[in-house]
Amino acid sequence: MTRKKRRMYLIGAGMAMLFAAAGLVLTAFQDNLVFFYSPSDLQEKTVEADQRFRLGGMVEEGTVKKSGEMVRFNVTDYAASTPVVFSGILPDLFREGQGVVAEGTIGADGVFVAQEVLAKHDENYMPPEVADALAESDPDWKKKLGRTAEGVDPAQATN
Amino acid sequence: MIAELGHYALVLAFMVSLVQSSVPLIGAQRGDAVMMDLARPASIAMFLLVGTSFGALTYSYVVSDFSVINVAQNSHTDKPMLYKISGVWGNHEGSLLLWITILVTYSVAVAFFGRNLPPALRARTLAVQGMITGGFLLFILLTSNPFLRLDPAPIDGNGLNPLLQDPGLAFHPPMLYLGYVGFSMAFSFAVAALIEGKVDAAWARWVRPWTLLAWTFLTLGIALGSWWAYYELGWGGWWYWDPVENASFMPWLAGTALLHSAVVVEKRDALKSWTILLAILTFGLSLLGTFLVRSGIITSVHAFASDPTRGMFILLLMGVSLGGALLLYALRAPDLKGGGLFAPISREGSLLLNNLLMATATATVLLGTLYPVFADALNLGKVTVGPPFFNAVFVPLMIPLVIAMGFGPMLSWKRGDLAGALSRLKAAAGAALLAFGLAWVLAGGALDDVLAAFGFGLAVWLLVATLVELAERVKLFKAPLAESGRRFARLPRAAFGMTLAHLGMAFIVAGVTAASAYKQESVQVMVAGQTITVAGYEFTFQGAERVEGPNYSAVKGHFGVTKDGEPIAQLDPEKREYTSPPMPTTEAAIHTNGWADLYAVVGDPNEDGPGFVTRIYFEPLVPFLWYGSGLMALGGFVSLTDRRHRVGAPTRRKVAAATAGAKPASA
Repeated sequence: MTRKKRRMYLIGAGMAMLFAAAGLVLTAFQDNLVFFYSPSDLQEKTVEADQRFRLGGMVEEGTVKKSGEMVRFNVTDYAASTPVVFSGILPDLFREGQGVVAEGTIGADGVFVAQEVLAKHDENYMPPEVADALAESDPDWKKKLGRTAEGVDPAQATN
Repeated sequence: MIAELGHYALVLAFMVSLVQSSVPLIGAQRGDAVMMDLARPASIAMFLLVGTSFGALTYSYVVSDFSVINVAQNSHTDKPMLYKISGVWGNHEGSLLLWITILVTYSVAVAFFGRNLPPALRARTLAVQGMITGGFLLFILLTSNPFLRLDPAPIDGNGLNPLLQDPGLAFHPPMLYLGYVGFSMAFSFAVAALIEGKVDAAWARWVRPWTLLAWTFLTLGIALGSWWAYYELGWGGWWYWDPVENASFMPWLAGTALLHSAVVVEKRDALKSWTILLAILTFGLSLLGTFLVRSGIITSVHAFASDPTRGMFILLLMGVSLGGALLLYALRAPDLKGGGLFAPISREGSLLLNNLLMATATATVLLGTLYPVFADALNLGKVTVGPPFFNAVFVPLMIPLVIAMGFGPMLSWKRGDLAGALSRLKAAAGAALLAFGLAWVLAGGALDDVLAAFGFGLAVWLLVATLVELAERVKLFKAPLAESGRRFARLPRAAFGMTLAHLGMAFIVAGVTAASAYKQESVQVMVAGQTITVAGYEFTFQGAERVEGPNYSAVKGHFGVTKDGEPIAQLDPEKREYTSPPMPTTEAAIHTNGWADLYAVVGDPNEDGPGFVTRIYFEPLVPFLWYGSGLMALGGFVSLTDRRHRVGAPTRRKVAAATAGAKPASA
């Protein structure tokens, strides 16, 4: 085997792998990209019934109703609000007035059926999409939240 | 006072890093032995200074000095001592300090254990380490100083995120960083070799143990994180393809490829420039991981308090180090002469196949992880790339890899005999077919079960093929048993390590297959005395009561588990409400029989009536994931004890052989 021949083999194998990977990625992208919408987005556009997507915003105060393992609550971005139904145990940090991301589909009745409600590991964490969506619908959302960490003022801490 | 001492030590360490990153480099260029030798005391000084700083922060945590902001935000007097200490790295600033501490520990290890290295290579390697350390010291001093004071000091601290108050997570970050940061060694060696313009078998033999050490720790770190997520988060899963998980997985994949390609450089003097590139990219992916985790650019279930300026700084660090290294690579790589030729079907060929598949897998994970960022930047909408994408792309790439793992070690160097290897693997192929058939029939023989059965077949193929390879090595049944025993004892540790790691992979394939295909889940409201059946096990809810812990109060549920009337286990999950910071956590109760886990979670009380929401999982073969990771890490450690890594390394100068023999072998 000559050096040149070996190089051809290598390039051939590399290209084959690249094409295989590109094919895999493209097909997987086609089926598995999950879009993120806020309640305001949902008012503007219609999402097909079987299209899986993520809904993000704040859990609206006073809307959480549990009956058995079924939970109903509204997700709001302070401009619009979407009812959500979920069956299962909510993540530990699910609370009224806190950021939430739910993944699932929307029914013809406008109720979002969540298959998954995402847990965050930190109570002060805000998913960037939720923060963006809130900022878009209401630039003053941070003040409405009126929530700072107790004890230490975060603004002072990060100087 | 102690905190100021720590801060001052960091500043001094930065000064030393400036010396370390310049003087030895110039010395190596001029052939000045005195300047080159400065690398050693400089790295020792840096180690002592950063160690002092880390000690100072740890001390502030241990004595709960809340006048330090970092301590006030992340600690609390009520916390058990273990979590006071692990709280040091349970936050951005402290974990960055741990990062640097580990970095300088690796540097000082080279200074001590790298005595058989040629002085110029050692000086250059330590200089590159010094540059990386300097960059990170600047980062911590400018944006993330853990020693800032708070006046007036609060009476008590905010406490540590209760999810982090767990033994599994106490040791997860140090392990992970030992891995991440350890790849800096491969990077520094690669850059030093590029400056020198010389990559040979000796270089590969020096760089391999460091890469192996880093890889072993990273394996342990990822496994610990996965295990923690499994038992602590109460969701019954162990991998979510979350960006932060991918951030640690990408360097692991690239590092695995690097380990294998370095073998080819060492044994056959081929694939040199590819190996150098892999070494650079592996550490680049470690830096990328650090960036993804700390910049908050990507939505993740793992939240580090994020800050755009920090993100910018890491991006800058990444750009300078990667850009510089790649530029050097572009200039110097064409001069690296390829060595031995080999046929596509050969040991080198199979290792190359491993590299191609691993690199492709890394690239697809990278694409999936970063795609949401690109999509957002290009206004394609906000998207998430979740587990279905990664499963669809990653699994098909792993199938040929596992198949090749079976016969690769059977092929000889240069020109292998594939037909011969396959005929020696008849037993493995037969066992794999049998496992496939058995798994398929037992699962019911439906078309849906084919994939899972195929997964089991693959696992058995790899398991038997690896054992056959070991048996051939020791001539089991072909020579007298005593002879086989002698051969086994004399087996090179590196070969034995490979066998263990490949066996570990077989366990992981089996575990992943079973856990994805046959996991069962049941969510319901249960009242005391009620029984439900999951996977043939009867779970009887015996009620729940309130219990008080040291810094939390909890609802504790009780489940009695029976199978066919025989008692199997008692499961007592808790739902805890921590007091500082106020935050609930789920403590799942898990019973394992070594093959499968029974997993129970108690949730909130039912609001409409009596009872509690409960969640029961049947998790088949999940323990195999932990066995498999453990075997892989064990393989890494066993391979590290190979004496070839320590003594008798091929030396570039003939005279060095004599001094190496005279020196006592260091452990």
